[in-house]
Amino acid sequence: MIEIKNLKKSFDGKEVLKGISTHYEPGKTNLIIGQSGSGKTVMLKTLLGVHTPDSGQIFFDGVDFATLDPKEKRNLRTKMGMVFQGSALFDSMDVEENIGFPLKMFTNKSNAEIKDRVQEVIDRVALIDANKKMPSEISGGMQKRVAIARAIVNNPKYLFCDEPNSGLDPKTAILIDELIQEITHEYNITTVINTHDMNSVLQIGEHIVFLKNGKLVWEGNSEEIMKTDNEDIVDFVYSSELLKEIRRFHKNK
Amino acid sequence: MIAEIFRRPTKWRITKGLIFKEIDELIIGSLGIVAFLSFFIGAVVTIQTALNLNNPIIPKYLIGFTARQSIILEFSPTFVSIIMAGRMGSYITSSIGTMRVTEQIDALEVMGINPLNYLVFPKLIASLTYPFVIAISMFVGVFGGYVAGSLGGYLAPEEFIKGLQDDFHPFHITYAFIKTFVFGLVLATVPSYYGYYMEGGALEVGKAATKSFVWTSITIIICNYLLTQILLA
Repeated sequence: MIEIKNLKKSFDGKEVLKGISTHYEPGKTNLIIGQSGSGKTVMLKTLLGVHTPDSGQIFFDGVDFATLDPKEKRNLRTKMGMVFQGSALFDSMDVEENIGFPLKMFTNKSNAEIKDRVQEVIDRVALIDANKKMPSEISGGMQKRVAIARAIVNNPKYLFCDEPNSGLDPKTAILIDELIQEITHEYNITTVINTHDMNSVLQIGEHIVFLKNGKLVWEGNSEEIMKTDNEDIVDFVYSSELLKEIRRFHKNK
Repeated sequence: MIAEIFRRPTKWRITKGLIFKEIDELIIGSLGIVAFLSFFIGAVVTIQTALNLNNPIIPKYLIGFTARQSIILEFSPTFVSIIMAGRMGSYITSSIGTMRVTEQIDALEVMGINPLNYLVFPKLIASLTYPFVIAISMFVGVFGGYVAGSLGGYLAPEEFIKGLQDDFHPFHITYAFIKTFVFGLVLATVPSYYGYYMEGGALEVGKAATKSFVWTSITIIICNYLLTQILLA
């Protein structure tokens, strides 16, 4: 469980996060949504410890991140998995080496044990015939699967995903969303996903936080977002003609 | 940056592998081009010297002496290092810069790994073997001079050998290797700095590599002047 209390962050005097409070439960896909520049990425990076908040607190299972010493922070980071927007696979390593990297770095497992665990997660994310391929030799969807496999290989308690389906075709994007949701439920991980993809919002939004200009303006789930009359949400969610038509259809029902 | 390179070290088992990989890429991988350049520059230095020392009262063995001094004191340590700023430096800046723009460095940070230690420390240690490249350059350069001098008929092989041995100061070799050691550290750190701290996309990687080459060369030239002043003056 991640709990955020009154989180504030500024850059060069410009307030990007304006006192955000929320919580993310384990076993749920928690989404941060909002327009570009709304503070989503800053919020995700602050949760990851890449940015230090100006004020406010972030609790990981009741432990205030700010009170941890550097060694404890590093230990906590080993319990986090991250899926980057562009996958961020190490291009000097093949698929197996990429996935096994966190195990090599943070555990004392033997090479055979690492190989077994890597194969286990490769099977879990359904990567077929890709073990010895380099990241440049596989498709964008497969790269995302490798990134997910790398993020979960060390059994993380927290999984962060920055726009995990950006750049993917709609069908692959849905498969990736479903994979993240299945893994979240299966391993009871606290998953936080940064997205502005409406398919993801409707498909896997078990808990959604909507940010606008650095403020949390709405919180709910994928069913509630369809029914809300909150103007900011309506403006953001129903920005396309197709979605506007769907909303009219639902309203007239 | 330098202090951060030595903080929070990566597991030795992994660092060891990375050091060998960097030695292979940066040092062993440079030997071919260094040997090729050194052989022909050594040959040209000898021919040029021979053509300009055409006064009959100047002994021929001075051609060997001049070739040795030029190659050992300046060509191999300094000019090969500037060439290496292009080869090694561009490789280091562009590989680290690409990792920066594709979020691979962010991925290391998020995992709790010190990216500077993971990426730069092995290069720094590999650069300690850089004097080996220059030793090869010196040997091949002098050999190139010997071949060009004797095969071109500019002087007899014995005269070239006499020139190589004439007025030989072992400290010149020490001086050359002290310079080489410093240049090796410059070649590992300056390009790493430009790669690690770059911002932007693919275009900026190219710009960073160019900038890195310019500043690595400038740093080498200034260090060369200072070390020569301190060690030889």
